[in-house]
Amino acid sequence: MKKLFSLLLALTMIFALAAVSAPGAAAAEPVKAGFIFLHDENSTYDLNFINAAKEACEKMGVEYLFKTGIPEGQECADAAEELIDEGCNFIFADSFGHEPFLIQVAKEYPDVQFCHATGTQAHTVGLANYHNGFASIYEGRFLGGVAAGLKLNEMIEAGTITPEQAKVGYIGAFPYAEVKSGYTSFFLGVRHVCPSATMEVTFTNSWYDPTLEKEGATKLIANGCVLISEHADSMGAPTECEANGIPFVFYNGSAADACPNTFIIASRIDWAPYMEHAMTCVANGEAIEADWTGTLASGSVKMTDINDKAAAAGTAEKLAEVEAKLVSGELKVFDTATWTVKGETLTEYLADVDDMGDFVPETNVIADGYFHESEYRSAPYFDIDIDGITNIDA
Amino acid sequence: MNKKTKTPLFHVAKRAALPWYKAWAIRGAALLLALVLCGVITSLVTGEDPIAVYGAIWKGSFGTPRKFWVLLQNIAMLLCVSLAVTPAFRMRCWNLGAEGQALIGGLACAACMILLPGKLPNWAIILCMIVASLLAGAVWAGIPAFFKARYNTNETLFTLMMNYVATQLVAFFCVVWESPKGSGTIGIINPNTQLGWLPQFPSQKYLLNVLIVAVLCVLVYIYLNYSKHGYEIAVVGESERTARYVGIKVEKVIIRTMLLSGAICGLAGLLLVGSTNHTLTPTIVDGRGFTAVMVSWLAKFNPIWMILTSFLLVFLGRGAGEIATKFGLNRSFGDILTGVILFCIIGSEFFINYEIKFTRGAGKED
Repeated sequence: MKKLFSLLLALTMIFALAAVSAPGAAAAEPVKAGFIFLHDENSTYDLNFINAAKEACEKMGVEYLFKTGIPEGQECADAAEELIDEGCNFIFADSFGHEPFLIQVAKEYPDVQFCHATGTQAHTVGLANYHNGFASIYEGRFLGGVAAGLKLNEMIEAGTITPEQAKVGYIGAFPYAEVKSGYTSFFLGVRHVCPSATMEVTFTNSWYDPTLEKEGATKLIANGCVLISEHADSMGAPTECEANGIPFVFYNGSAADACPNTFIIASRIDWAPYMEHAMTCVANGEAIEADWTGTLASGSVKMTDINDKAAAAGTAEKLAEVEAKLVSGELKVFDTATWTVKGETLTEYLADVDDMGDFVPETNVIADGYFHESEYRSAPYFDIDIDGITNIDA
Repeated sequence: MNKKTKTPLFHVAKRAALPWYKAWAIRGAALLLALVLCGVITSLVTGEDPIAVYGAIWKGSFGTPRKFWVLLQNIAMLLCVSLAVTPAFRMRCWNLGAEGQALIGGLACAACMILLPGKLPNWAIILCMIVASLLAGAVWAGIPAFFKARYNTNETLFTLMMNYVATQLVAFFCVVWESPKGSGTIGIINPNTQLGWLPQFPSQKYLLNVLIVAVLCVLVYIYLNYSKHGYEIAVVGESERTARYVGIKVEKVIIRTMLLSGAICGLAGLLLVGSTNHTLTPTIVDGRGFTAVMVSWLAKFNPIWMILTSFLLVFLGRGAGEIATKFGLNRSFGDILTGVILFCIIGSEFFINYEIKFTRGAGKED
């Protein structure tokens, strides 16, 4: 009851704030957008943002400036302020570590709107001009998992492996929520069509390390994994899979050119819808949500073309069917009936949604029979170790 | 009789000292040549108007008051690290570990900022930060210095490798002190209480750094040119044997100078972490430890000239960033231009020290 009361109080305050700032914000003005990127287009992660920014700005006819290669330090604050000096009234930053510096600048410039991808603090920091955005990429990973599961079924039917040997491997960057949410949804997708599947996970503790990612793939293949997926940004693992003839599901973009025999499909976030949405709000003088989560339905989560050479027959039809169910809400990725923790089905779970630096979980995120991922804030917070997945580094 | 003698077309000879105006004429010509070359390359490769590109380079540093302050801050930090390596360089002791020494100074500073609040009042935290940073930098330089003085190990390799140790240590502590959990980054330290933040001049967050480094620059100049220590450094640099002969304890001078070198690097780390960034990342020194080598060499180890050379390098770097933003070109393009300009400037020193004599009748064969 106390919690509900404080929530209501907080909401009232937010609306009061919005009402106070409304007259200033209502003055619609032409948007000038400034983008801050951690690396340049040579990184697949940043390239995905750069392409989306160009697409969104050109579609809307918005003038824009890019700052590439901005580290996660005071340089980010300087870059944002320089963009504001150039007349930008909309600032977008793409890297998790940019967040505290962007917040610092947002406090000083209440008339400028700041959007930050992958961040966690917008809903608690209490600034009307600072916002977080993400996408329900777990839906895309689930679809990738379904494609992988179909491939496993094909191998089982062909007699290449027994149902018990249907083990997939996953190379993760860091053992935290964004990655755990990703591999769990992938695994649930696999098991959606191939119930006997199990999974092994290894971590590189780096977002980009071709050597470690390659070694991770080698290790998993040696352990008997017959299919690989990953959440890290290099081509290290895919090239290793191609060399060993191990099919894999990728992230961020297609690897069909480099790995024509083993690449099945990839999911990625399309940031253009979020950027367009935010810039439209700025143009119309409307408030932007503190947290915005794009979905499969809203076009923020995209799948690449299926590589028919590696994918199982009938993959496209099955994916279309599952996608329709996800969009309609008939199928929930984190349906608690489909997974257990130590043999138990969870009915409630506290997650650290309000990132106050205390690491104390405070919000129950399981209700109506499923885990409500990316609903209480845009950045993922699913960090549960479920049965069937083994961390081989532990 | 059948032997063909080939005379080379030209040969290179050492010049006698040039009068200063000729030397500066050569440097000026080199800079001009560099700008023309940059213009040609820009027009050929991108089709952009070269004049606009020069304009962008200029605006990168002087476009707005803020950019000017960022320029000053970057000069101050680069100059600070350059001042640190210079005493060692004058002694012909090649301290290539400034990057690591500054980083470890920053680590010590961050450690105080993270671990001490609640245990000590703010002034004591800041005092601890200063002492810890300088000490950490000094120790990081002192280890290779000890081995050089005692066992005559190669300080170039030793200091270079200490950089990697420092980087990995910082990467490790970034995970230990990460906030939020799992991010692998520290974020802003004490954002609300601002404990351990060095005092700032109102509305001028970089002024403190600029002033400290300006004073330091004068101090290092006096130390090197007008103190007994500075004289000892010069003698050891000229000839260790002479130094020994006149009774200078070479080992002591090496260790003392390297400790000083490291402590000033530690100061750079302190200013970066405690005064401006309020965070720590493995890349916070941003290669300044290596750029400083060039700053120091180009200025012939003279602290006052180093203001100019560090300005030149920072100015070019900021211009490169501006080009990337303004024309939507890759940042590497700015780096290419910087490379061309530096190549010409460093190359001009060759023509100041040597002359090319063309051989008359070259190519004729009997």
